[in-house]
Amino acid sequence: MLKIEQAYWLIALFLAGTAWLNLRERRWSHAGFWLVLAALTAGGKYVLDATAAHHHLPAQLAGVGVIALAVLSPRMQRGHLVERDVSAREADAKRLGHRLFGPAVLIPLVTLVVALFGGYLVIGGVRVFDPVRMTLTGLALACVIALIAALWVTRAKPAAGLAEGRRLLDTLGWAALLPLTLAALGGVFAATGVGAAVSDLVRMMIPVNSALACVIAYGLGMVLFTVIMGNAFAAFPVLTAGVGLPLLIHLHGANPAILGSLGMLIGYCGTLFTPMAANFNIVPVALLELPNQNDVIRAQWKTGAMLLVVNLALMYFLIFRF
Amino acid sequence: MTTLLHWLPLLGVLVVVAGFALRFNPVPVVVVAGIVSGLAAGKSIGEILALIGNSFVSERALLLFVLTLPAIGVLERAGLREHVTNWIARLRGLTLSRLLMVYLAIRQILAMLGLYDVAGHAQTVRPLLAPMAEGAAEKRGSPLNTQERNDVRAFCAATDNIGRFFGEDVFIALGAVLLIQGFYSQHGIELEPLQIALWALPTAIAAFMIHAIRTVLFARRIAGNAPSSATPALRPDDGGKSGSC
Repeated sequence: MLKIEQAYWLIALFLAGTAWLNLRERRWSHAGFWLVLAALTAGGKYVLDATAAHHHLPAQLAGVGVIALAVLSPRMQRGHLVERDVSAREADAKRLGHRLFGPAVLIPLVTLVVALFGGYLVIGGVRVFDPVRMTLTGLALACVIALIAALWVTRAKPAAGLAEGRRLLDTLGWAALLPLTLAALGGVFAATGVGAAVSDLVRMMIPVNSALACVIAYGLGMVLFTVIMGNAFAAFPVLTAGVGLPLLIHLHGANPAILGSLGMLIGYCGTLFTPMAANFNIVPVALLELPNQNDVIRAQWKTGAMLLVVNLALMYFLIFRF
Repeated sequence: MTTLLHWLPLLGVLVVVAGFALRFNPVPVVVVAGIVSGLAAGKSIGEILALIGNSFVSERALLLFVLTLPAIGVLERAGLREHVTNWIARLRGLTLSRLLMVYLAIRQILAMLGLYDVAGHAQTVRPLLAPMAEGAAEKRGSPLNTQERNDVRAFCAATDNIGRFFGEDVFIALGAVLLIQGFYSQHGIELEPLQIALWALPTAIAAFMIHAIRTVLFARRIAGNAPSSATPALRPDDGGKSGSC
């Protein structure tokens, strides 16, 4: 049976391989970073099982590991990773053409097929896919299939998979970790009562018995937090734990899937307004040699504002109906 | 309820705001914020470490996207980016509004398929979209002045952002959907990624329509600005370089 746990082991293997390639090049911080992350990924189930059995040392060690990642990440300077020659890539691109899209499209395609039909696949009375997080197991499988297809189409050696994957992973560097860290912070915030404090702040300001007031408070809260933090991922757990869950889902019976999806999209509207989202709004100003730091925001804020209204309306009309 | 202790954990939020505002590396900022709000809530160091450790490993599904990198890397090595560039370049001969709308649609669709890093400000906007858009805008019969050129470039960057943001939430394997799923799972609500992703579709369509209309209006304004007796305009090389950054 294919399980999500096997996907985590695969990630750990890839991260360890990346650490090893960095170690060979004496890039100690990078090697250490990826190695710690590999250990956290592979040991995750052990940590959670131990916690469930009231054994807290593994979780505390994992906490130390996270702090180690935080210490190492400012030292992860982007190295100049050698890429294959442009002319060689151009020649391959001409020769292979649209065939290059095949393996790339296999990733979403196989994932989708597993998500839709994986539950019906039974061989010898045993389910092929564990129903827990089946889509993600499908994604991991899709990546393996796509890698094999990519190697076959391009006639590259299997070692190229690790080398090229490592190149991209080191290009991302600590940015690869940020969504995970922010999500973990959301968990910490929830456990330390930050969500409750925000929720009380909102309760003090709005009539909570009005579903419309709650929708607007949640939406505008998402926008405000996203503008402040420059990232909808950071705002989502705080606002959803503070306002979305207690007021909209539990009190007014909102549909969690729609609330989550539209809540995040409302946050994205906020991303269009803020210079804090530097890689989207400030980097292009530099790249395009624009005179004013806010030129890109000025070009996009109207689209963001109109979409915000649309999203709030969609949320209000959909979450209580499905 | 309204004692100081109740509000104290909000200090963690303050740390995030201050750290991001001061442009520190976000990873340590976020971890410090976690420690601060733990201390403010009166937890011991051991409890905080365990809390951070448990929260972190229970979100490790957010790392799944790294498994796409080897396959994408091998394809890039064989010229995937170059092929996309050549392919998009063949869409020349379009008007400004059509060019931007086609780009918006392609960007959204690629992002929906999880291919969101195939395009971007560095990969496609600066080398490709901006020059093509400037060229298309000048089909009005007169060159763009500095202000118009900057406006066109900024609009290109905005189009890329909007295409990416409102496409990627539809892809089940990307951070956003998994973050939502992970959050609910922590709070005892189990959802399938597809359930979450599908509800991003109406917004994806609305984003396309709103921005397409704004694109048409923008292109019309640029086209309408054409002076009847065109003053000798700046050459493209001088165009955007009057500013300080």
